[in-house]
Amino acid sequence: MTAGRRGKSRRPVLRSGPLAVLTYLIRRLFAAAVMLVVIIMVVFGIFFLVPKWTGVDIAASFVGKQADPAAVEAVREKLGLSEPIHIQAWEFFKGIFAGRTYSTGGDVVHCSAPCFGYSFKSEQAVWPVLTDRFPVTLGLALGAAVLWLVFGVAAGVLSALKRGSLWDRGAMVAALAGVSLPIYFTGMLSLATFAFGLKWLDAQYVPFGRDPGGWFGGMILPWITLAFLYAAMYARITRATMMEVLGEDYIRTARAKGLPERTVIGKHAMRSTMTPILTMLGMDLGALIGGAILTESTFNLPGLGQAVLNAIRNQDLPIILGVVLITSLSVLLANLLVDVLYAVIDPRVRLA
Amino acid sequence: MTTQHASRRRTQALAAAAVVAGLLTTTACGGGGDKTSGVGYDAATTKVVNAGTTKGGALRFAATQDGDSWDTTRSYYGFAWNFMRYYSRQLVTYKTEPGKAGATLTPDLATDMGRVSDDGRTYTFTLRDEVSWEDGKPITSKDVKYGIERQWAQDVLSGGPVYLKDILDPDGEYHGPYQDESADKLGLKAVETPDDRTIVFRLPQRNSDFPQMLAIPSASPVRQDKDTKSKYGLRPFSSGPYRFESYDPGKDLQLVRNPQWKEASDPIRKAYPDTVDVKFFSNANDMDQRLIAGDYDLDLGQSGLSPQGRQTALKQHKGNLDNPLSGYVRYATFPQNVKPFDNEHCRRAVIHGADHLSLQTARGGPVAGGDIGTNMLPPTVPGAQGVTYDPFDMAGADRNGNVAKAKQELAACGKPDGFTTTIAVRNNKPVEVATAQSLQASLKKIGIDAQIDQYDGSQTSGIVGSPDNVAKKGYGIVIDGWAADFPSVQGFGRPLWDGKYVLESGNVNYALIKDKAIDDLFDAYAKEPDEAAKVRIATQINHKVMEGAYYLPFTYEKYLNWRGGRLTNVYMTDAYNGYDFISLGVNSAKSSKSSKSSQSSQ
Repeated sequence: MTAGRRGKSRRPVLRSGPLAVLTYLIRRLFAAAVMLVVIIMVVFGIFFLVPKWTGVDIAASFVGKQADPAAVEAVREKLGLSEPIHIQAWEFFKGIFAGRTYSTGGDVVHCSAPCFGYSFKSEQAVWPVLTDRFPVTLGLALGAAVLWLVFGVAAGVLSALKRGSLWDRGAMVAALAGVSLPIYFTGMLSLATFAFGLKWLDAQYVPFGRDPGGWFGGMILPWITLAFLYAAMYARITRATMMEVLGEDYIRTARAKGLPERTVIGKHAMRSTMTPILTMLGMDLGALIGGAILTESTFNLPGLGQAVLNAIRNQDLPIILGVVLITSLSVLLANLLVDVLYAVIDPRVRLA
Repeated sequence: MTTQHASRRRTQALAAAAVVAGLLTTTACGGGGDKTSGVGYDAATTKVVNAGTTKGGALRFAATQDGDSWDTTRSYYGFAWNFMRYYSRQLVTYKTEPGKAGATLTPDLATDMGRVSDDGRTYTFTLRDEVSWEDGKPITSKDVKYGIERQWAQDVLSGGPVYLKDILDPDGEYHGPYQDESADKLGLKAVETPDDRTIVFRLPQRNSDFPQMLAIPSASPVRQDKDTKSKYGLRPFSSGPYRFESYDPGKDLQLVRNPQWKEASDPIRKAYPDTVDVKFFSNANDMDQRLIAGDYDLDLGQSGLSPQGRQTALKQHKGNLDNPLSGYVRYATFPQNVKPFDNEHCRRAVIHGADHLSLQTARGGPVAGGDIGTNMLPPTVPGAQGVTYDPFDMAGADRNGNVAKAKQELAACGKPDGFTTTIAVRNNKPVEVATAQSLQASLKKIGIDAQIDQYDGSQTSGIVGSPDNVAKKGYGIVIDGWAADFPSVQGFGRPLWDGKYVLESGNVNYALIKDKAIDDLFDAYAKEPDEAAKVRIATQINHKVMEGAYYLPFTYEKYLNWRGGRLTNVYMTDAYNGYDFISLGVNSAKSSKSSKSSQSSQ
């Protein structure tokens, strides 16, 4: 009886319990996988189909100054650009999941899965290049995210609470500056000031494995510069959301019930305020992990952003393709994580 | 009170802004210590600066661009050829001397400059004793032949020069070592290796620049068992004084001493530093600041400081700068398959109408841009006359253009009121775009309405390199630049001016010059063994090109090159139009930190 009663009473709870979260998670994972396949197809189309349509011959840029047509054709063959597009697409897909074999000029090379091909320029396998550069970008994105979350959200909350005060105006002017100034300007300014002028920081990247202290020192300016941009945006969003939330009935009720202000703000208002922040964080972090091109270029950080910039200069399509896919995957995963966190924070999401 | 607070805040803000501005303008002069070591502006262009024989230390290059490949067969970048002498040797190479002397050949792996048969078609070289690879095994003539054969494997090893392939196998009978069915993969018939120390080249036709082609790194030996084919550039096997310790493309590269290299076997390379380090930057301004601060010794790319770095260095460290010719001629050329440029008078009208001083300014002025170009042969190529040959008076009275002469030529070409045309310019070269705009403005004065089309600069060979496409797009004026692959009129001008070199795609004879007199002169040059006669022919070819009005030269390009204070044995060589890397040493005692402190104590 007891068990039966429990079962009956649990039925509606089950929809928002662990099983519902799991179902929700599977649904989201499936959607993410479908999205990833679509992205791969679109990206492949952009990089391999569009040049064909526009008559651009990628192979011609990988031969010498006076190459004859035979040499261009040989390079086209080597890069796999002479195959029909559907064969190229199939080989590309197959490479990612099952590896593939390259055969040119008597040179047979097997590329194990996940195979994103070989750099047109350096002939390195793309996947090791991506995994080598990924930690640099991840370190940059995560470090900056911590800074911009702490300072951006704090500044936004304080501004909302001290609306119209000197602090509020000052913080919002700083936020406006942060949003308006491009990273290559703030980056160059910070380098000129702190690295070359005051010489407080060397601002040269050192791998973490070689020298953790040097790595930290080298990352301070990039973190601050990148966080300055994002903190500004987060401060403005936090301020606006917090002000809106503070006007809600349930906040008035909480205050009327005599709850301490710290609880009202910290527990009730912050929970609602964090929802859009979390959405933004997912998107921003995902995109940054795919390559913070300007920050990495300004500070010479050997991450994915710098790799893709070099690849664009050199028309190195496999590297560009690899980074774009990593970016897409990062955004998808970050959004998935955000969705899961939503489900934890807000039960309505689980039932949707 | 409020007003006082606001005023104080404003004062503080202004003070902060002033501090930042001050820092920005003085950042570079705080570092470096190169003020103390600068031995004079342009000092290394013609002579050796800081001569010394001290060994040791790390020579530190900075670069904004990685090599196109570090495989000796696959590279076409001048700075990469210069750098490759650290880890590769050739049968012959360039002398380690400043200026013009540096562009003359001298034996390297070979004992002499080769024995040439009477008909000039057979070259025989003998290898020196004790030349060895980085694992101690001797370098043999077969290794040299195999290294040269790799040029034929364009399907695997694309990108490098193919002069030897064209000269030794003009009919394309050989298909490269990877498709070679002979047991030793040495099936190229034009090269024989009767023993391990002798190599014989049999040329189907005489070419007096053949030794120049052997000095290009693509003629370096490669050992068959160490050939990793398309991956070779990631870790070339050394025949020189240094070997690859590490290389991470786009990040860094380090060479360390090759313990098997014997100084006695190498009359060229002194190998002063213990290591040669290269750091690749993505931010040119940051790189320049670090060069000036003394963190690095020189720019690997040898392409000059960025505008910001240039300004700082000229103001505060002029003694550390050299202002050499880059070897490039920057110019506009007129495809003759686009009307009305099939008419010589229309071409002459453009040349006379152009404001040459404005074009020079658009290129960066006399220091960063170069001297006004008055003819098409770079001053560093034998036979060039520099600004003394100025058939259109471009650096003289007509340096601002001559509207009257231009209008006369327009009338003679049947277009007295001018015409419309399109200037094609690469979109990834801001200076070239500025040059196109300058040309456009001056042509407007004579009634020529020129539209500018910025095309994808990475697709040059398929866009302006296709004569059909040029005609279709109506590109009457193409802006470009060219430097010699080796210091001779053939190494510079043959692909540009010889009618036999017009291609359907990848063409560089944009003007579509098909002048029998020029072609015959090139043939005569190739057959001529006498150096003085070759110089005379080179001059004649240049005159013919200018008389045909196929080109409007802008500048003999110059650049501002940073010379680090620690460097020893610094000089510019005409062979590479940059510092001769292989001769450089470092004064280890002058570390960047010590020089910084000496700077601040002044």
